Amino acid sequence: MADKITQRNDDKHVQNREETRSGEHYIRPAVNIIETEYGLTLTADIPGAAKEKLEVKVEKGILTISAPAARTMPGKPVFKEFETAPYYRQFSIPEVLDHEKAEADYANGLLTLKIPKAKAAKPRKIEIKVG
Amino acid sequence: MASWDVMRELDNLKREIDEAFRGGGYGRFPHEGPFLPPLTARRFPLVDVSEDEGSLYVDVLVPGVDPAGIDLTLVRNTITISGERKPFAPQEGQIVHRSELGSGKFSRTLDLSVDVDSNKIKAHCKDGIMHIVLGKAQHAKPKKIEIKQS
Repeated sequence: MADKITQRNDDKHVQNREETRSGEHYIRPAVNIIETEYGLTLTADIPGAAKEKLEVKVEKGILTISAPAARTMPGKPVFKEFETAPYYRQFSIPEVLDHEKAEADYANGLLTLKIPKAKAAKPRKIEIKVG
Repeated sequence: MASWDVMRELDNLKREIDEAFRGGGYGRFPHEGPFLPPLTARRFPLVDVSEDEGSLYVDVLVPGVDPAGIDLTLVRNTITISGERKPFAPQEGQIVHRSELGSGKFSRTLDLSVDVDSNKIKAHCKDGIMHIVLGKAQHAKPKKIEIKQS
């Protein structure tokens, strides 16, 4: 199970598919997830990832963000403070979201993913007539 | 050629001690984590530095920052990188499920170990990483001296 997209906790008792990726080193990107009445907006920092190779997919209710990233610096290193490694993170997304209509945008190392809510899940205003 | 540079070792030691006192002295990349977290004693942005005979290379991690808003200035042999990552505009009726990304102003000054030529600096931003190439000043480049036989 991946983290629930709309939950703040990181359940440790369920096995995470992220954790089974033991063989390779990867970075779990930091994200913001904001919900409005229209849908969810997910923003993730994935600096160094190329737009063409960025992969966002939804499969069996699991949203996966993965992006290969590698960087080499010329010359000999003087000091290093950060590294570039492939990014990988998963979320389970509720069915109320219409992921078919999701839109993704990538600029300056920031991925923005907008997933609208399915029609049935949008709040409906019910007018009450006072008679 | 493997050489042991005492000054550089001392410089790195100083840096490591500085980092240890900032609370980041664990792991190989103690900085792994979000860019500009709200509470931190670390300096941002993070940089990687390398060099070869003719140039210094600096990679700066600036995800989500508009490259046009980054200031890069050189005074003698110190460069300052400053800018701002704009906070996310709150939307009406929003519910925040996760908020791991930081925002705010950043500024960092790096002392370069060699003199650089101010006319030979190039910087470009790609996918949230700024790559800076600084050409070394002529007198800072290694010079081969011929030895005459007598």
